[in-house]
Amino acid sequence: MGACARRIAVVPVGIQASSLRAPRADAAAWRMPSPHAPPSRLEPLVSRVKPPPFEYLAPRSLDEAVAALAEHGDEAKAMAGGQSLVPLLAFRLARPSVIVDLNGIGGLDGARLDGDTLELGALTRQRDVERLPGLRERCPMIVEAIEQVGHVAIRNRGTVGGSLAHADPAAEWTALALALDAELDLVGPGGARTVPAAEFLISYFTTALGPGELLTGLRLNVPNGRSGSCFLELARRHGDFAIAGVGALVTLDGEGSVGDARVALIGVGERAVRVAAAEELLRGRRPTAELFAEAAAAVQAELDPNSDVHATADYRRHVAGVLVRRALATAVGRAGGGDRDGAA
Amino acid sequence: MIATAPREVVLRVNGVEHRGFAEPRVTLVDFLRDELGLTGTHVGCEHGVCGACTILLDGRTVRSCLMLAVQAEGHELRTVEGLAPADEPLHPIQEAFSEKHGLQCGFCTPGFLMSVEELLRDDPDPSEETIRSRLSGNICRCTGYQNIVEAVRYAAELTREAAA
Repeated sequence: MGACARRIAVVPVGIQASSLRAPRADAAAWRMPSPHAPPSRLEPLVSRVKPPPFEYLAPRSLDEAVAALAEHGDEAKAMAGGQSLVPLLAFRLARPSVIVDLNGIGGLDGARLDGDTLELGALTRQRDVERLPGLRERCPMIVEAIEQVGHVAIRNRGTVGGSLAHADPAAEWTALALALDAELDLVGPGGARTVPAAEFLISYFTTALGPGELLTGLRLNVPNGRSGSCFLELARRHGDFAIAGVGALVTLDGEGSVGDARVALIGVGERAVRVAAAEELLRGRRPTAELFAEAAAAVQAELDPNSDVHATADYRRHVAGVLVRRALATAVGRAGGGDRDGAA
Repeated sequence: MIATAPREVVLRVNGVEHRGFAEPRVTLVDFLRDELGLTGTHVGCEHGVCGACTILLDGRTVRSCLMLAVQAEGHELRTVEGLAPADEPLHPIQEAFSEKHGLQCGFCTPGFLMSVEELLRDDPDPSEETIRSRLSGNICRCTGYQNIVEAVRYAAELTREAAA
């Protein structure tokens, strides 16, 4: 926007009114020949289609889906919400010859907060987690992270499992999975297995999913008691990928010192990371601004971010440190502790 | 049947059943426009960034360029054509956009209108911050957004009055 945001002073009202009103759908007179009709209809195929051609399979069960993926191997791609995959198809950066659509499989969605566990089906739409009653009060970092994912219309369609399986290094869900010690359930031709998030996430768009294997659900550990959490990220515009993002969760002990701390970052490497050095440094100490600065320095020392068109490595490292300090201060404040002056 | 060949898609748009043919790779927005002739939904960036193609799928906003037409089989869609039938008064949201000059060229408007429809259902009296945040996924190159925000506030007012 910026300098381009000029407004024309005089607007012809007639043009506005007609723009508001969509053309009538039932006017057969202007109807174009069907571009997608089978050739037998003897009409020209005039469609402008961006994705490459692919076979479309819509299995009704997990077994069918796994079998289809196993049969077609590297040629096949599973589609959940499609909010990353469809753009990749449109740009032809992905050219699978078979798409296995998972949306028709029942029982893979649902979000449930039960004790210390948030249980999510892989096909749960992100917006449904965002709006889960009581979740913001219980663990604000989850809702704060989801709110940074694209826009509402993207989260209405995009799924939790799709985001994790896509494994973009700036994906908010990967930070949540690491910070909340997620256990991921996978099903494949060899049966079912459960892997921790730290083992699931490997590198850029690379996970522990084997050939024909699908992510079916996950469990996140959401601590009860005297804990607080916060997710912060910096992006050029709302909904853009993060230049850097931080999820912090702090549990205080009886004396108000840090009992447990978890710090996870996105956008600063080949995958989301937990910084053990910073977490260890925090444990057992009084939560003060000086301590948060120490933790931020420990994080910065560990990171080896990339430079790209959006930000240099140095800038990413700087932003990560600032966000760690702020996220820790907010998390401690939410846990009901800390030196308020120092935490500000 | 070859799985890449066009297949029949049956769905409901604005309460009316529609049928058409689509290759699996055809996106929902192209199907709506080219196959069903419902050209009220506009196609802009075609990769989910601009919001011009926003429609309601089973009552929730989605980018119709980020779905395959075949995935909409059996679903209930609402598009800008469904806000107010052709010879009836404008929908309150359309009325507000017209009254407050919430558009100039109108290309992005169908997407804005559908996003606002969902917003006002979620929050009948949204703050300016909420409006700006909720509309951040719709891009307008003409207005500078000021009048769009005003239009949404006015639409909320009209909607509340109508409900009262």
